[in-house]
Amino acid sequence: MNLATKDIRHNFGRFALTTVGIGLLLMIVMGMGGIYRGLIREATLLVEKIGADLWLVQGSTRGPFAEISRVPANLEDRARAVPGVAGARRFVSHTIQREHRGRPLRMVVQGLSWPEDRGAWIPLVAGRPLRQAHFETIADRSLGLPLGEKLKLGKDVYEVVGLTKGMVGSGGDGLCFFTVSDAVSIQFDVPGEGVRLERQARRARAEGQDIGRLQPLLLERAAGPASGIPALAPPQVSAVMVTLQPGADAAQVAATFATWPDIKVYSTQQQINLLLAGMVDKARRQLGLFRVLLIIISTIIMALIIYTLTLDKIHDIAMLKLMGARNGIIVGLILQQALLIGALGYGLAYWLGTFAFPKFPRLVVIETPDLLSLAAIVLGISVLSSLLGIWKAMSVEPNKVLS
Amino acid sequence: MTNAAADTTPAIEAFNLTKVYGSGNTEVVAMKDVSLTVARGEVVALLGPSGAGKSTLLTAIGLINPPTAGRIVIGGQPVMEADHALVDLRAFRRQHLGFIFQKSNLIPFLSAVENVQVALEINDVLPRPARSRAMELLDYLGVADRANNLPDALSGGQQQRVAVARALANEPSLILADEPTAALDSERGRQVMELFRKVAHERGAAVMVVTHDHRSLDVFDRHFEMEDGRLKNGTERNIEQ
Repeated sequence: MNLATKDIRHNFGRFALTTVGIGLLLMIVMGMGGIYRGLIREATLLVEKIGADLWLVQGSTRGPFAEISRVPANLEDRARAVPGVAGARRFVSHTIQREHRGRPLRMVVQGLSWPEDRGAWIPLVAGRPLRQAHFETIADRSLGLPLGEKLKLGKDVYEVVGLTKGMVGSGGDGLCFFTVSDAVSIQFDVPGEGVRLERQARRARAEGQDIGRLQPLLLERAAGPASGIPALAPPQVSAVMVTLQPGADAAQVAATFATWPDIKVYSTQQQINLLLAGMVDKARRQLGLFRVLLIIISTIIMALIIYTLTLDKIHDIAMLKLMGARNGIIVGLILQQALLIGALGYGLAYWLGTFAFPKFPRLVVIETPDLLSLAAIVLGISVLSSLLGIWKAMSVEPNKVLS
Repeated sequence: MTNAAADTTPAIEAFNLTKVYGSGNTEVVAMKDVSLTVARGEVVALLGPSGAGKSTLLTAIGLINPPTAGRIVIGGQPVMEADHALVDLRAFRRQHLGFIFQKSNLIPFLSAVENVQVALEINDVLPRPARSRAMELLDYLGVADRANNLPDALSGGQQQRVAVARALANEPSLILADEPTAALDSERGRQVMELFRKVAHERGAAVMVVTHDHRSLDVFDRHFEMEDGRLKNGTERNIEQ
């Protein structure tokens, strides 16, 4: 006869409520781990999927994922000339928050180096890659933009031609792919009045200098579009991504780039490491500490509940001892209940999680090793939480029956 | 009747039992120099006013409240020498003793039959034969029809019958009962007392009952009276008297 299950059946309401409470706590612990895994996956998703072997970033910086990086767009052409390089693409990425159809729309604007890169590598769930140099975009489904949706950003309107799923940036915002020139236009879009004021300011600066006063053509150019002034550089990009020829020695190519004083070169793995060591590391530690706290709280709550359940049975335990029950029977009664609460709570946490986690705004990734380690932790806290109850049961004397 | 009934070895032999609580100014002598012998198959009553030391004697013999001095022999086996156990007390209680108290002390989350069954399983009887034996005992005590009821659903008399069945489960050589009829009306109280006599005579177990109920004294083979922790001489009676 299993005394633990008999007792549970008798006190089913309390046992069920306890299990639900523990289950919800464990679901949060499980969710915290999943959020951490999700953070890593979201943070590294783009770097891993974009298919670059080397990243050329602004000298003395750690790249666009760690800090602001600016390199000239023509670095792309310089990189192509290096032996072993199969291709080079500009990398433009920035987060914007605009309003669309009366609600805020936050997205990561991701530039594709047209015409080499039309987004063929992007896993689409609907639609197609880009087919023209301007005014088309591939959006992640999390942004809520359907195929064919027209999206006004700056002065231009872009049409959604493709949809992805789960393509988000390190902040969890959905990715929206444009050609690099469109991405730059969106980033550096200045209102008409701002353009006019800047042109007037340029003209005023030119008039204040001898060269401006002596050369009317220069004054005229200063008041015109920026592209007409050779001294002004084109907009810069965040980085240049390099793909290597098959069989090329990555270390040797990287060593060549490393001799260029204006840039710094990183492998994809180094970029991932920098990403994880920065923003994600702090989030990881924060979530880790929170998980530890929740596990401690779960243990204390379980211990208190098991202890209370034991106190309720203390007279019966004394009677069992009086009848000559071995310690194993009494320990088993308490330990089995603790393990059952832990196991059912864990199962409930997992079951509830399968419904709740997909509805979280950020990606929650539950991996088997994490589930196994949490199961081991639950086993540990179940045993630990039963110790107080077991101690109480062991210390009760059979003559307690008489009181 | 079991083989134990044919055995002439006394069920209980107590020699000079003394129990002292506290020390110095707070010292209380609950039991002083008590000696008695109870034969197998004998039903004895332990009488006396409150505080006379009846329960102290009963729990000392029941190996749950060791004496300060004296010697206890049960079924010919020395088990206590002062407060020093000579056997594994829990195992000994499991195999040789049965207890019944004023309250039935049934385990509330077990049904009537399970309350009896658990006593058997504690003594290493397998679940199926334990269940069968528990049902037999409930039938013997006239509560088989309530076998699957939880204690809450049983009357006081039925609960006490189940408690008796539990005490009998492992065929103990000694049954100790502390005011088992105090919570019952006189009719049911007498039924329980007569049950003890039936059990003792049919199954060969010695039964020692602490009671205040003088109306049922005719049920007992002998009675002992205690006063101020001391035992007066035992008086023989039989049911015809």
